[in-house]
Amino acid sequence: MSEYVIEMLNITKEFPGIKANDNITLQLKRGEIHALLGENGAGKSTLMSILFGLYEADEGVIKKDGKTVRIKNPREANALGIGMVHQHFKLVENFSVLDNIILGTEPSKFGFIKKQEARKKLMEISKKYGLNIVPDAIIEDISVGMQQRVEILKMLYRENDILIFDEPTAVLTPQEINELMEIMRGFTKEGKSILFITHKLNEIMAVADRCTVLRKGKWIGTFDVKTVTREELSRMMVGRDVDFNVKKIPRDKGGVILDVKDMTVASKVHKNNAVRGVSFEVREGEIVCIAGIDGNGQSELVYGLSGLEKLKSGSIRFLDKDITHDTIRARSKSGMSHIPEDRHKYGLVLDYTLEQNLVLQRYWQAEFQKNGFIRASRIRKYAQKLIKEYDIRSGQGPVTRARSMSGGNQQKAIVAREIDKSPRLLLAVQPTRGLDIGAVEFIHKQLVSVRNAGNAVLLVSLELEEVMSLPDRILVFYEGEIVAELRPEETNVEELGLYMSGAKRQPQFTKTVPATKEAAHG
Amino acid sequence: MDKIKMFFKDFAKRLKHIYLSDKDRPSMIQNSLSSPGFSSLTASILSVVIGLLFGFFLLLILNPSKAGMGLQRILVTGISAPDKFAKVLYMSAPLIMVGLAVGFAFKTGLFNIGATGQYTIGAFFALFSAIVWGFPWYAAILAAMAGGALWGAIPGFFKAFFNVNEVITSIMFNWIGMFLVNLLCLNTPKIISDYWGGNIGNRTANLAVANPSAIIPKWGLDKLFDSNYMNIGVFIAVLIAICMFVILNKTTFGYELKACGYNRNASVYAGMNAKRSIILSMVISGALAGIGGGLYYLTGIGNYNIEKLLLAMGFNGIPVALLGGSNPLGIILSGIFISYIQVGGEALQPTFSKEIIDIIIAVIIYMSALSLLVKLTLEKLIRRRKKDKILHCCEAKEAKK
Repeated sequence: MSEYVIEMLNITKEFPGIKANDNITLQLKRGEIHALLGENGAGKSTLMSILFGLYEADEGVIKKDGKTVRIKNPREANALGIGMVHQHFKLVENFSVLDNIILGTEPSKFGFIKKQEARKKLMEISKKYGLNIVPDAIIEDISVGMQQRVEILKMLYRENDILIFDEPTAVLTPQEINELMEIMRGFTKEGKSILFITHKLNEIMAVADRCTVLRKGKWIGTFDVKTVTREELSRMMVGRDVDFNVKKIPRDKGGVILDVKDMTVASKVHKNNAVRGVSFEVREGEIVCIAGIDGNGQSELVYGLSGLEKLKSGSIRFLDKDITHDTIRARSKSGMSHIPEDRHKYGLVLDYTLEQNLVLQRYWQAEFQKNGFIRASRIRKYAQKLIKEYDIRSGQGPVTRARSMSGGNQQKAIVAREIDKSPRLLLAVQPTRGLDIGAVEFIHKQLVSVRNAGNAVLLVSLELEEVMSLPDRILVFYEGEIVAELRPEETNVEELGLYMSGAKRQPQFTKTVPATKEAAHG
Repeated sequence: MDKIKMFFKDFAKRLKHIYLSDKDRPSMIQNSLSSPGFSSLTASILSVVIGLLFGFFLLLILNPSKAGMGLQRILVTGISAPDKFAKVLYMSAPLIMVGLAVGFAFKTGLFNIGATGQYTIGAFFALFSAIVWGFPWYAAILAAMAGGALWGAIPGFFKAFFNVNEVITSIMFNWIGMFLVNLLCLNTPKIISDYWGGNIGNRTANLAVANPSAIIPKWGLDKLFDSNYMNIGVFIAVLIAICMFVILNKTTFGYELKACGYNRNASVYAGMNAKRSIILSMVISGALAGIGGGLYYLTGIGNYNIEKLLLAMGFNGIPVALLGGSNPLGIILSGIFISYIQVGGEALQPTFSKEIIDIIIAVIIYMSALSLLVKLTLEKLIRRRKKDKILHCCEAKEAKK
């Protein structure tokens, strides 16, 4: 038997105007975790789609166990034992877990589904791999991490032994990522082979055996992970040296920009308050990072600050003015910018063009309108300026629909819009989520430049790497309260983890309001 | 006050600008060949052709020997005589207005299925103010506008503050509106025909008798076209359509309304008042439908009949808006077209029943609902053609070498 389970030899695939894959060779050994590394648009997803039968290659051959095969659709891929967890899950939202897993391969007799049999098989698999699930839970009710688990079980249920994971960690919390890595290692012990698509170097270093790097559709090389360094990989991926250390000029603390007192914000999902009596300050020339596990009130804190949500109690002073009851527009006018957590829900009007989105916060200013009429030529000029300065790439420049742009460039457009407003305070919520290294580096530089100019940044981040490298000060959030104030140079990831998980609390942050009492109020 | 004055001054300038810029660009047609606007127009025309072919097919089945004549009637009646053309224009005025009402709501993310209710209320406000209070025609149209706006505002209010789906409320308000109008008519003796010497108890009074000044002026057009149907209504409708086009595409107000329609969360995030936008969208949409009611019933030809049926005119706004791609300028064309084939349909009688036209319209709408598919296919074809051309050029060049 051949050493490789899957070989993709000299694959070329062309789309109108772009060579997505140019003579790429990928060989997957039995029982290995093989990472596929590349920036957004490097051709990773195209290559995997060819393997999974969604596209057909223009040139090149695919071999399974040394024999040439043609994969015309996902069903045939499945028959060859190839399964895939897509970046955006392919689940029926209002079906149960069990229904989703058997979908397409329902065991049946005379047209009746034999669900008990399916359930038995599923529970056996679940027990064998330690992947606990509730088979009758409805997909839309369970967490994203759980949904991913359903996708994984789907592959196992189909007895696939070549598993493709397309950027599986983009949607997960640090804890869930560790769990997933364990699960992946478990699979390889079973003799399954894994293809792991990502652009996060840490994960590759942690879990992969070998790694293939793609750049702009071309094959750069395949390496044994033990023999390369993180820096080498990133250079090969981006094509230049990437500076992981952000240069911050030392600054003296300036005056107070934001002063929050006893802020309480109600939660939309449960009866308790999401933010419970939080007080803190942000000063000129500093980046303050709100760290914490997702869902501990960080989002609601920002909703309260930006005006999207009303405060239940407490006050906000911004530039020595009480803005507790100001409208969103008033806050924006007085110098607050906001890079929202969810760029599709809040950040962009996807059906508007890029230029229309770039003036979303400023269309009413005299620069862009006169007596209620839009000054189209000025908007065009302004958009062109931002596109150039922030390197926003799109198909048709200013008139591209935002919907058709890549995630990284959508985020760049939002960052450009918010930073170009010259804010005194920038609220940046997970500004680099789902972006590749080049874009992350760029956005970090922009945040630092806001700080270096003597303004303030309030950064909400779930990425530990970002939390440790970027801010001047870290505030740790746990269950809607601040439990610690740390300096990145004086702490480490382990200590941070203890505060984030609620295992530790600094003495000056005593538990002010017991949760149970609040529940009675709610 | 100055601000408002400046707004209107600018408005006039913009209108002129649109007109001029179109004229000054000779290459416009060439450029637009591959533009999305062009392919959506082509898609609409294609749907129309398919609809007409289907209609012809029906005629063939029903009466093969007369089918050719039938198709000819549908196609040319509208321009066969000046008075027929006058009738096309007469009917297109309210059609354009209700089409604008539905299309404007579509553009701002709302489905105003209550256009018929707003149209009915508008008609009642116009007739009431004209007959009972003796308003002149322009004031009566303003009253119609106010009535429609009011009837649009209520579903808008519920949508904005309680997130009640506007489809449900506006359907209910269609019925509430119609029965309310009937009730008010029956309790206002002065508005009914027999008060003015007519002999029908369930119909509104003849305007020529009750208040001639409320009839929309004809400016001699009736003599020009030799038809009593002709008046300036269609010009008012076209003017309003152009204004709507400007408001939607050139003003910050339109920018806000559309942003709120496409993505309410993002518009709130950007500091816009989404509740206000939703209500204003419905108010404007309702006002447009109301004006439609005014334009139709102030012609002095039709009278409002107290019946227990919703007026079909309001619902016709949906096909007009769909066929016109919700674009106010497209709606002018589609409104005139629908009116045109309806006039053609009337000429089918008695050989065929005029409902064939309704079937043709239905097929056209069906096709234009598929227009996205048609559009994409067209764009693909155009692109391929271009690519082939380039290839041919290259080959030719190489051959020369």
